[in-house]
Amino acid sequence: MYVANRASDKITQLTDNVYLCRSGSAADSQVVSDYVRYFLHQHIIQLGQPATVKVAANLIRQLSYNNKNMLQTGLIVGGWDKYEGGSIYSVPLGGTILQLPFAIGGSGSSYLYGFIDQAWKEGMNKEEAEALVVKCVSLAIARDGASGGVVRTVVINSEGVTRNFYSGDKLPLWHEELPLRNSLLEEASSEVEPMRA
Amino acid sequence: MANTTFELPPKGGFSFDLCRRNEMLAKKGVQPPSFRKTGTTIVGLVFKDGVILGADTRATEGPIVCDKNCEKIHYMAPNIYCCGAGTAADTEAVTDMVSSQLELHRYATGRESRVVTALTLLKSHLYSYQGHVSAALVLGGVDCTGPHLHTIYPHGSTDTLPFATMGSGSLAAMAMFESRYKEGMTREEGIKLVCGAICSGIFNDLGSGSNVDVCVITKGQREYLRNYALPNPRTYVSSKGYSFAKGHTEVLSTKITPLKEHVQIIEGDAMEE
Repeated sequence: MYVANRASDKITQLTDNVYLCRSGSAADSQVVSDYVRYFLHQHIIQLGQPATVKVAANLIRQLSYNNKNMLQTGLIVGGWDKYEGGSIYSVPLGGTILQLPFAIGGSGSSYLYGFIDQAWKEGMNKEEAEALVVKCVSLAIARDGASGGVVRTVVINSEGVTRNFYSGDKLPLWHEELPLRNSLLEEASSEVEPMRA
Repeated sequence: MANTTFELPPKGGFSFDLCRRNEMLAKKGVQPPSFRKTGTTIVGLVFKDGVILGADTRATEGPIVCDKNCEKIHYMAPNIYCCGAGTAADTEAVTDMVSSQLELHRYATGRESRVVTALTLLKSHLYSYQGHVSAALVLGGVDCTGPHLHTIYPHGSTDTLPFATMGSGSLAAMAMFESRYKEGMTREEGIKLVCGAICSGIFNDLGSGSNVDVCVITKGQREYLRNYALPNPRTYVSSKGYSFAKGHTEVLSTKITPLKEHVQIIEGDAMEE
């Protein structure tokens, strides 16, 4: 399996306060997010105030459900609005909509169900929550062949949006994971002697 | 409740009826005709002042090289070029179509085209054809917002990257890029790396070969360096020449069919002026 992009950004912005995590078919998820961004902006113009996360999630759900035969994408909508505060909605493959305190998705999520059931607790602060999310993604990367590269997080609250980036060397190492080695190109130019027959 | 299945009215876009016919024919043993592919190495990278695109020049029809010097870097706009891999007809058609759409858009808006405009036009077209338009593209250009480089896959997904490779030789070229790319390269370093990556595809991938084309796009200027490097010259040419006189080919059988005249000559007056 060839890695087409080792640093792709799977968290796309819908509005200033609502972001979307994409999984499944890249083309389908990109097209759905583009359509929903367009519909949401029209909705905001009519409404006259920032969109709620619930509306964004329902627009996603309507597209996913009505085109369920043709689309193959699982999405997680997260954001902050003044009515509900922070909220998360999961829209998996068939077009169900589920409001949850935490959600996981994608091929690597299979390895996280048990972990997050015991690790999540009510009322975590920003630092704890972000640490938990990074830990989850790095555990999934360790076990799932289709996941890897870098970890990106987006923190959304009443103050605004913060994007963070964790490269491979900053992630914790789990069972039997080897520590990062420097690129062999740099080593080759300094110490290693070429093999002699 | 309503029936579980009902005929939807045609909504436009690709009609998949002939795909069913092709599957049925394939089951009966009828092979579809082969088409010209650009089994290819195409690359792009962002350097200090803009983007550099590179491509090889071999076009294949199955195992045969049908064009030893084809052009894979297509013009989209004065400041945007696009390399294409996959089926040659699809890449040509889709880039020509979007290039025309961009020109009309330039007249309508009165502004220089932006790379994201080309990107959106290409990705929506490819998505609506659900991957059947087999065009994998590396789109690069410099507009008022800066230099941009994108890859577009046949199903319509896109990635934005500082360096990208596509085509059958993409693994060989990506190996070169991953080991040698750094941010903020100069023009000479960038061209050298692009040339190196394409050569890596030419020599290590059977679907890529012949020459290297390079296109350098910077703010306000582009240079299309057709055949920048020719690493595969024709070294042996027979000193006696290649003419074949009559008698070289053995005649196995002869059949002569006289063509009857179907023209009736009617005597009549000359035409008036």
